[in-house]
Amino acid sequence: MMNAKLVRLGEWLEERLGWRAVQELVEHKEVPQHRHSLWYYFGGMTLFLFCVQVVTGILLLLYYRPSAETAFESVQFIMTEVEFGWLVRSIHSWSANLMIAAAFIHMFSTLFLRSFRRPRELTWVSGALLLFISLAFGFSGYLLPWNKLAFFATKVGTDIAGVVPMIGPFVLRFLRGGDEVTGATLTRFFGFHVAILPMATTVLLAVHLYLVQKHGMSSPPSVDASTVPKMKFVPDFLLRDLVGWLAAVTVLAALAALFPWELGEKADPFAPAPAGIKPEWYFVFMFQTLKYIPAKVLGMDGEVLGILFFGLVGLLLVVTPFITAPEPRKGRLNLLPLVGVIAVVYIIALSAMAYLL
Amino acid sequence: MWRLLLFVLIGTAAAQPDTKVAASSCVRCHLELEEELQQPAKLSSEDIHFQKGLSCHNCHGGDPTIGVETGGPEDSMSRAKGYIGVPKRGKIAGLCASCHNNLDTMRRYNPQARVDQYSEYVTSVHGKQYLKGDSNVATCTDCHSAHGVRSVSNPTSPVYATNVADTCARCHADAKRMAAYKIPANQRELYGKSVHGEALIKNRDLSAPTCNDCHGNHGATPPGVDSVANVCGQCHATQWDLFNKSPHKKAFAENQLPACVTCHEHHGILRTSDNMLGVEASANCVTCHERGSAGYAAAEAMKRGITRLQTRLDAATELLHRAERAGMEVSRPIYDLSEAKNHLVLARVEIHGFDLAALDKTLAEGEKITLASEQSGWKAMSDLAYRRKGLAVSVVILLAMIGLLVAKIRQIESAKAKGSGG
Amino acid sequence: MTSSHALNGRRKVLNYLLGSGTVATLGAILYPIFRFMVPPRIVESSASSVTACKVGELKPNEGRIFKFGSKPGILVQAPGGGYRAFSATCTHLDCTVQYKSDVKLIWCACHNGRYDLTGKNISGPPPRPLEEYTVNVRGDEIVVSKG
Repeated sequence: MMNAKLVRLGEWLEERLGWRAVQELVEHKEVPQHRHSLWYYFGGMTLFLFCVQVVTGILLLLYYRPSAETAFESVQFIMTEVEFGWLVRSIHSWSANLMIAAAFIHMFSTLFLRSFRRPRELTWVSGALLLFISLAFGFSGYLLPWNKLAFFATKVGTDIAGVVPMIGPFVLRFLRGGDEVTGATLTRFFGFHVAILPMATTVLLAVHLYLVQKHGMSSPPSVDASTVPKMKFVPDFLLRDLVGWLAAVTVLAALAALFPWELGEKADPFAPAPAGIKPEWYFVFMFQTLKYIPAKVLGMDGEVLGILFFGLVGLLLVVTPFITAPEPRKGRLNLLPLVGVIAVVYIIALSAMAYLL
Repeated sequence: MWRLLLFVLIGTAAAQPDTKVAASSCVRCHLELEEELQQPAKLSSEDIHFQKGLSCHNCHGGDPTIGVETGGPEDSMSRAKGYIGVPKRGKIAGLCASCHNNLDTMRRYNPQARVDQYSEYVTSVHGKQYLKGDSNVATCTDCHSAHGVRSVSNPTSPVYATNVADTCARCHADAKRMAAYKIPANQRELYGKSVHGEALIKNRDLSAPTCNDCHGNHGATPPGVDSVANVCGQCHATQWDLFNKSPHKKAFAENQLPACVTCHEHHGILRTSDNMLGVEASANCVTCHERGSAGYAAAEAMKRGITRLQTRLDAATELLHRAERAGMEVSRPIYDLSEAKNHLVLARVEIHGFDLAALDKTLAEGEKITLASEQSGWKAMSDLAYRRKGLAVSVVILLAMIGLLVAKIRQIESAKAKGSGG
Repeated sequence: MTSSHALNGRRKVLNYLLGSGTVATLGAILYPIFRFMVPPRIVESSASSVTACKVGELKPNEGRIFKFGSKPGILVQAPGGGYRAFSATCTHLDCTVQYKSDVKLIWCACHNGRYDLTGKNISGPPPRPLEEYTVNVRGDEIVVSKG
């Protein structure tokens, strides 16, 4: 009898929503099985961690106050007075890092596996933009607790943005809401973090996910897409996805327990900067690079050159599908894997140097 | 026609806007002169006597109504009109006192003015020397200036609180002048480096003392060995009270040692530190108390007690700040710790009673509070660690769930294999 | 070879465990979220505003120390009525001041510093006045706030 009722409900919804089409899509969705199938999990992982951010972020929004006079105290309040506040806050901070790590892995894996080949160029472009947005999420969110570390990291970060030729000073003022990092910066970053960036993400993510469903999962060039064995998305791949997501939740819980996120000390705009200021780890390799560039290179300011270089890299990343050969050429040196490996090694090496030296 | 215009112009120019000052022809003429003779007239606009309606003639005599038009200097500055010229040095104090020691006179200008300055002055060292004919000592005009006399409450007056030390130093920092009286000339320098000097001159804290607060104003006399403590005790009442009840009072008096000053100095009073207490070579106590004596043992014990509380307090503060930075709620123990700090400050005051038992009581209360706060700090840190245990439970549930999922996946796979295998 | 019965049984057990495991996991996640959303005992951070005491607890010409964040504050009801609140940290060496009803002044026991009922330092070593706070009466509560 229960079944009959469910069937009737199904009919009711179908007439109004036309949801059967979605059901068909989900039932037919398949995932190719080959030696590189492991990397398929990282897109879903990034999405899952993003959802964790949205949920914990909305919870924090219930108590957070975005002004220089109250931000730190409100975070302190969350951590000391609100039930499980310390847990929600620590998870939000840790999941941000895990999400960006997952996004980088997802980007590099789709790069090496050439998932951006025709007709999936726009999937890649929307993905690259989403990566930049998640870095912006990280940068804007980092300031919100308004502690000493965050304050100076933001100051250094926006200083660097201000160095870009011509548009630099304007960008600096736009980001800071003024000439210096003040309460105005905090309120503005809050607006970016909870409204503007989520809005942009919603649009781009919708496009990205729609395109993934439309074109299906891509197989690497070394695999014959027509004959490769495939796994059904529901229930097989999804169950495995769930294992991964639960593992991620476990890792987050362990991190929140073993390495709780510090509250720090309230920011004091008039105090001198403490020694050894570093941005968050995902910016560190760029920050460290700037430190190594000599002050003047070929008559140009070294820092400007460095920033322009990274800007160029970002641009090349977005247009990768349009500047890469669809198939790796046998017997000849392939630029893509070479550049990709150099990039990965470079990022790891410079990040390590920043922390160890 | 233009001659009339010129006359009108000169007439109006001559009519000065400040009617009080203009009333005196002395000022009008002297403004036209140069240097030394012009100075008094220029300063008259800032002078409080002029502001009250008095003028040059009130001190110097003469007729201020006789101006250029009606006569010459000989007519206004004539002996017949009471003109005395520049008063002789020895006559200055009496001249000022002729008004300032007279209540009827002063009442008319300032009902609150004191009229005992001259009476005090003649009892002071300055006054006594002055009456003997010594022209090297200070009299009224040396501190208050002769012309351009400003009210004491005017910050530009040489006798305004922050300026007094420099005014006294005009003579008292002059080594040659002081040598004649066998007085050292380093007081201003010492005072400048002292806590009081720093407070008053650098930080403009008007509650800090300067020369006249301890030495007296017009009746300036350095306090004697037996009374200097009373001077310090005017502000430092608690310490003075304790000292008077302590065994040191009698001991100091018997040895002709001035209280307070013996340990703290008089002009160069520096910020106190715990190093003054104890038995190290640099401490004050061992100046008198020899090793093995009861005083020596007491000094050692007091120093030990205070150092112990300070150390414990520092450790508790550091622990609580660590917990606070980590995001734990420790506002109550930090609040309580301020009470412990109170006890430490009070202990440093208690020392002046040199009573080990009383000091120990204060220190013990401070230590009790410090210990309690420190324990709260440790509890907060352990609460931080306790969360790990709580989350370990969740991790177990999650791992179990993961295990179940993996089992389900395996089961589906094997069912599929069986199905296809037949 | 395992009979299909046994396999079926195992599947049912696994499904049952999975079902209850899912409920347990969801519970472990939803429970903290729910508790988080319920307003805590102290509804606002005590860093900028605090209830010092209740109306009637303090009589005219009386003062009392209260906790404001992690620092002491002093609430005084003036002899003629009316509340005033200040930081109770003496501006000299950080001792906690108290109200002396015989002289109707705020007094510091450490070095005999005195403040009048406007918080101004009127006698003794304190170099600055006490920081004044805003006092509001909300119902039967006396609320002290900064700024």
